[in-house]
Amino acid sequence: MVYFILKRLVQSVFVMLAVAFLAFALFRFVGDPVSQMTGVETSVQDQEKLREELGLNDPFAVQFYRFTTDMLRGDFGFSYRTRQPVAQMISARIPATLELGFVALLISLIVGIPAGVYTALRPRGVTSQTILMVTLVGVSIPTFVIGIMLIFYFGVKLGWLPTFGRGGTVNVAGWETSFLTVEGWRSLILPALTLGVYQLTLTMRLVRAEMMEVMRSDYIRFATARGVPMGRLYFRHALSNTLVPVITIIGLQFGGVIAFSIVTESVFQWPGLGLLFLESIRFVDIPVMGVYLVVIALFFVIVNMVVDLLYVAIDPRLRVRDAT
Amino acid sequence: MLVIKDLAVKFPSRFGDVTAIEDVDMTIAPGEIHGLVGESGAGKSTVGAAVIGLLPTPGYVAGGELTLGDTDLRALSREEAHRLRGDRISMIFQDPQTSLNPLMTVEDQLVETIQAHSDVGYEAAHKRAVDLLEEIGIENASARIKSYPHQFSGGMRQRVVIALALCTDPEVIIADEPTTALDVAVQSQVLELIRRLADTRGIAFMLITHDIGVIAQVADRVTVMRHGKVMESGETRQVLGAPEHPYTRALMAAVPPLDRRIERFAIPEPEAGGAGAGEAAERWLLEGVGGAATGLRVLDLSVQFAGTRTSLFKKPEPFTALHDISFEVRPGSIMGVVGESGSGKSTLAKVLTGLVSPASGQMHLGDAPLPGAKQRGRGHPSRQLIQMVFQDPYSSLNSRHRIGAILAEPLWLYGLVQEAGARRELAAQMLDLVGLPADAIDKYPHQFSGGQRQRIAVARALLARPRFLICDEPTSALDVSIQAEILNLLKDLQANFGLTILFITHNLTVVRQMADDMIVLRRGRIEEAGSTEAVFEAPQAEYTQKLLSLTPVMPREWQIAG
Repeated sequence: MVYFILKRLVQSVFVMLAVAFLAFALFRFVGDPVSQMTGVETSVQDQEKLREELGLNDPFAVQFYRFTTDMLRGDFGFSYRTRQPVAQMISARIPATLELGFVALLISLIVGIPAGVYTALRPRGVTSQTILMVTLVGVSIPTFVIGIMLIFYFGVKLGWLPTFGRGGTVNVAGWETSFLTVEGWRSLILPALTLGVYQLTLTMRLVRAEMMEVMRSDYIRFATARGVPMGRLYFRHALSNTLVPVITIIGLQFGGVIAFSIVTESVFQWPGLGLLFLESIRFVDIPVMGVYLVVIALFFVIVNMVVDLLYVAIDPRLRVRDAT
Repeated sequence: MLVIKDLAVKFPSRFGDVTAIEDVDMTIAPGEIHGLVGESGAGKSTVGAAVIGLLPTPGYVAGGELTLGDTDLRALSREEAHRLRGDRISMIFQDPQTSLNPLMTVEDQLVETIQAHSDVGYEAAHKRAVDLLEEIGIENASARIKSYPHQFSGGMRQRVVIALALCTDPEVIIADEPTTALDVAVQSQVLELIRRLADTRGIAFMLITHDIGVIAQVADRVTVMRHGKVMESGETRQVLGAPEHPYTRALMAAVPPLDRRIERFAIPEPEAGGAGAGEAAERWLLEGVGGAATGLRVLDLSVQFAGTRTSLFKKPEPFTALHDISFEVRPGSIMGVVGESGSGKSTLAKVLTGLVSPASGQMHLGDAPLPGAKQRGRGHPSRQLIQMVFQDPYSSLNSRHRIGAILAEPLWLYGLVQEAGARRELAAQMLDLVGLPADAIDKYPHQFSGGQRQRIAVARALLARPRFLICDEPTSALDVSIQAEILNLLKDLQANFGLTILFITHNLTVVRQMADDMIVLRRGRIEEAGSTEAVFEAPQAEYTQKLLSLTPVMPREWQIAG
């Protein structure tokens, strides 16, 4: 077990190094940092001097080493656009994206898993067919269209919910949360729904397919033949076996939700990482883009690690065989 | 008392209802083991499923009576039927590897089942579960009960399955091929257990099996089924001792005897495919032989696999699958390799075909050294000379390819026939040789039965013009009558083309019929080696003697000469 975790940690270090290298390459080779920083009136001598001071003439390896060690110390450099430290900009935006992603994931799980189970157990029912059809429409329509439709209906026509921003936030130990105010929750609903619909369909269809497979297995037939109550049969025997493969996909999806919330964030003007990334692209703010890359990669690595641990927690066959 | 009368089960389909079974009559008294025997497709599992009310959708009971005591099983509502399951009728499935929930401990599954049917607290249910496991023969049950299914061996797992079927004290247990997936030693223990439970607890067993040997060993009464109908029914002694129906006689004649060797197996109804067919293919094969048969020598062969890592700093202990194995297969002979699961017999096949590298030792095919997997390139001549027939004919043929394409592959792969038209012609002739109709060439594998698929697998192996054929349990997934056909085919091929065959099986009766020499493997070591006759007449190793004594056989006087 310890060995397993250590192995995954070592692997993660290599993944992060590779991503850091990409971010560094972006920083170093996309455009010239000095000409980005200086104006037209700066003389060539001054530019050279700046280049020397910033260490841009050092060998490649030295620069990369400096880049990664700075990163490890929490020094992410400064934004070209706002002249603020990147670390500060990113950390101010992370809560918004994480909260949005988390609520979207929650919606997709709370609706998706029961719906998947239901459609698996009554594959031919009218309700099941309706659910399947409606959700198919949900995946086929692009996220931004769903977002705009929601804004139009609930925000503009009915006027029930706010259509942009995070509403009221409360600062808890440096974390700007919208979970603690009514206005915050109201603002969260539409973007989370938009982001969650696609995940929901995927989760539901996956649960459905896996569940149907599991229901055909020998151990379910045997449990039925022993007269195990139906409720236990479905939710204890079948669902737990269904979840083993589903967790992997949900984990990867959650990473995806965070990384690709860009569209939803820009539709709802949600002040998260995605919006920051879009703004940075517009201004070729390379330091921010590089750090964004690293942060998202770190996020994927963490989620995958959690998924692996969950796997071990659910499936006893993966635990080290201690006593046999 | 379970009474089945005029039972009929139908499956609706696009072309009207298909009758799976009809006019099935059977009575099982408490304490009686009633054998239900027949080949695949006979409808024997359907009878069991109908009794317990678990017919696969969309099947339904179309007529007849099903009564247990004074309960009419057909009149029950869905809920009542479900409450009855486990409580009064239970079931044991074939494969203990898949019939237990892998994510729940044995305790959870037992306690849950007990509590589902009787109003007892956890403590009482737990105690009953432990007692039951002890009775079933699981040592140290109070500790073992906390284990997950994967921590038990196959035989122990089947005991757990039996305990689960038993824990609610049912009146009837339907055992669907309960020992088919087990080794002989474990099989005989499980059968003994079933016998004991019938005698001491008065449980009525419906024992569904395709193995007449099993029936002969434990069943009080037997019903023989074919094509969904009862052929013959009565006391085991009577039905097997003096079979009246010709099908019963034919079925019994197809069972290979353990105590003597017969030349050919009797076949109930030979499949199409005439004698003297496929002459062209035969000529082509002989043309390729061009000389003497090829033998195989193996010297001090060891195979190791990486073990599970238990510590961070120590290298994992390797698991040794084969320990310094040495043997020789004479050119043109059949060598039988016998062993239980885990004995390393499949590893032997893998190392010879170059799928696994040996840790040490030498292999020689004829006079040429046979390199291990890593050194043996894709184009090494042995890749053509050694061919393999696998156990499961359902998964060893690519289901998306037509038979013609499957058979032509070795011909172009090894560059034996350059022209596509000639390849197709040869493939057709080869189908003829193995006894399949000519129109098979444009069909897909799923359109054939298990036995026919195994013939296709043999044809594919032959089209590589091999000198050495490895058959890994080629008949263990097949019915006895089909097994007889395949074994006859292999014997003919060996005799006509001087093929050398390595025949791997766990079935001693088959080895007796097929092999000239044999080795007995156990835990990666050779326990005994010698000519088949010598080993069977006077087994030297204790292990061989044990295996022989445990193999279920029909009493001599019941056997029918082929």
